[in-house]
Amino acid sequence: MATMNMVRAINSALDVMLGRDPDVLIFGEDVGYFGGVFRVTDGLAERHGVARCFDAPISEGGIVATAIGMGAYGLRPVVEIQFADYILPAYDQLVSEAARLRYRSGGEFWAPITVRSPYGGGIFGGQTHSSSPEAIFAHVSGLKTVIPSNPYDAKGLLIAAIEDDDPVIFLEPKRIYNGPFDGRFDRPVSNWAQHPASEVPEGYYTVPLGKAAIARHGAAVTVLAYGTMVHVALSAVEESGIDAEVIDLRSIVPLDLDSILQSVRKTRRCVIVHEASRFAGFGAELSALVQERCFYHLEAPIERVAGWDTPYPHAFERDYFLGPDRVVVAMQRTLKG
Amino acid sequence: MSNWPPLRFHVPVPAVRPGDSPDFSHIVVPPAGSTRRPDVLAAEPDLRDMPYGLVRVLDDEGGAVGPWDPGLSPSELLRGLRAMMLTRAFDSRMFQSHRQGKSSFYMTSTGEEAVGAATSMVLGRDDMCFPTYRMVSYLMARDYPLLDLINQIFSNADDPLKGRQLPILYSARKYGFYSLSGNVGSRFGHAVGWAMASAYKGDHKIAISFIGEGTTAEGDFHEALTFASVYRAPVILCVTNNQWAISSFQGIAGGNETTFAARAIGYGLPGLRVDGNDFLAVHAATRWAADRARSNGGATLIEFFTYRVAGHSTSDDPTRYRPADEAAHWPLGDPVDRLKTHLIGLGDWSDAQHEELEAAVRQAVRAAAKSGEAVGTLGQSKPDTSEIFEDVYKEADWRIVEQRREMGC
Ligand SMILES: Cc1ncc(C[n+]2csc(CCOP(=O)(O)OP(=O)(O)O)c2C)c(N)n1
Repeated sequence: MATMNMVRAINSALDVMLGRDPDVLIFGEDVGYFGGVFRVTDGLAERHGVARCFDAPISEGGIVATAIGMGAYGLRPVVEIQFADYILPAYDQLVSEAARLRYRSGGEFWAPITVRSPYGGGIFGGQTHSSSPEAIFAHVSGLKTVIPSNPYDAKGLLIAAIEDDDPVIFLEPKRIYNGPFDGRFDRPVSNWAQHPASEVPEGYYTVPLGKAAIARHGAAVTVLAYGTMVHVALSAVEESGIDAEVIDLRSIVPLDLDSILQSVRKTRRCVIVHEASRFAGFGAELSALVQERCFYHLEAPIERVAGWDTPYPHAFERDYFLGPDRVVVAMQRTLKG
Repeated sequence: MSNWPPLRFHVPVPAVRPGDSPDFSHIVVPPAGSTRRPDVLAAEPDLRDMPYGLVRVLDDEGGAVGPWDPGLSPSELLRGLRAMMLTRAFDSRMFQSHRQGKSSFYMTSTGEEAVGAATSMVLGRDDMCFPTYRMVSYLMARDYPLLDLINQIFSNADDPLKGRQLPILYSARKYGFYSLSGNVGSRFGHAVGWAMASAYKGDHKIAISFIGEGTTAEGDFHEALTFASVYRAPVILCVTNNQWAISSFQGIAGGNETTFAARAIGYGLPGLRVDGNDFLAVHAATRWAADRARSNGGATLIEFFTYRVAGHSTSDDPTRYRPADEAAHWPLGDPVDRLKTHLIGLGDWSDAQHEELEAAVRQAVRAAAKSGEAVGTLGQSKPDTSEIFEDVYKEADWRIVEQRREMGC
């Protein structure tokens, strides 16, 4: 066991997999010698050689297309897209190619690729360094989308993603790379060292894709969240004293529907929290699923707390980034309902 | 069984890394004045040597030699020099302001000032530049108000882009400067479309567009070249090859295999390779391409060969991936020093005047920075919060209206 922040934990997952499986290789912009702009691949090229971890041209479409070809050959490439905002130039390759390769070839070819990318706001990144694009992947059949919220899960989920035979989008909430952030800009920044999930085994282990975690047990209302929003939700619970159950989805595809339904049937109330814009966000799907399957258990309308339906505005970071207050209001509304 | 050897996987690596001695021995620098200057309407097949040459005007002594000397007047040369010096002073002050927490981000263009300044002077007010983030000298050569730039960088209440955009991703329509996106390369094709529109309308405007050598790997670059070639768009497509894309050397973008100017050949476009630290060469090559475009000769691809002296941005430390003193060994010198030496050689300038100008541009920047600070720096001042919801659409729909109400603004 060691104490790791998210960056170290993800680095450790990559290191373990490079060591275990010669078919794993890593590439992306600046990931080689420099170790990536967030230092996630630090030391990997040095330890495993430039053929295992190398710099790619600035061409997200090219990176993903090449990874698909490698995957079809039998390798397990892990590629980094420097910021999730820049996945869009590769979107066609992910949607039209990676997602459907197995289906359209009658199972003859498939793309066991992992696309890692830092995402989300809270670092004054402006509109092109703050996006939360998970919903556009969730909408595409054939892709898996994984979003960890702490170091332990990040490492275990990433290893599971690399070993998975389907294309996996692995979104890393960059705001919590170095410490959990609850949306309170006025409080001192905490770091992972004080958090139980920073205790991470050095070697191999997995956290299965498609299994949610109960971040906090409670009886009054179910809060569904992932990524940084798990910490925002926990903080809202603590500040309001509401006995909420907070579910950390960990992956949105595959989705752990059973854990969600079980919790909502128990609490009879549901609040959904995500950073991405609200309209047609992943919360809309969660809300529809809960409504379809728990209608007769619900005692209040489902609440969604989400980003505004605008691009991410630079100077307004702190107005835009969702904090615990809005979650508290939503929980209180469901309790009145 | 075949007798072929096993295939080998190739990953290019730069010649030197931190701790090694800088080595630019692979760079061939032809003497100033030695690259020919073809007629601006020469047929493309007669231009295929140009992407492998290097257009240079200023020689080592600061003299202007050869067929590309644009013959600029002393006042034009001084205007260019001032724009470059102002850019450098501005970059240095704004970098420092970032370190003091007054902005969230900054990028300098140290060493590349000639590219923006000279091209800006060739293009007219009605033309449109589709810039990269290292082109602030384009605006400096057009006397764009420093305070507006600073207010954008500080994201304060007077930010002309209303707090929505990352610092340095400017937009200045009145100055012929198209809005910058954070997605590198994404505007390269817009320039072609803009130029096609001008041709369609029978106007006289042309476009110029810039992309970093690293970003030539994006599809946007190749798509733009295809459209520019097919429709003979009146556009100048420029690659600023400053050798580095964050930590990746130019070989990662294919620069070890051929020149970036030579990318033009496969598209049937003329390609020029130009000393980007030579103000006169940049000016002359841009003039050549502009004249070609204006006379319906179509697009030109220009590679400006230069060097990124400083880090990529305020977020990186270049000594982690290249020798700390590499910049000092760049064989094509410094654009400001070279133009200054040239002007002094002409008898139109002196060290004393240069010092005076340097003090003046620094004072202009200092005064503007103070004014910007008086309005407020990052986090201390910002535009009205309702700006979050403006301009998403021309007219707000119910979502925006509801959410704005929820925010209480
Ligand atoms: C589509 C996209 N991918 C990646 C990035 C991240 N990024 C920003 S600048 C940069 C390097 C660009 O290098 P180059 O084109 O050589 O221009 P330079 O910075 O050297 O002027 C990268 C990878 C981005 N902004 N947009």
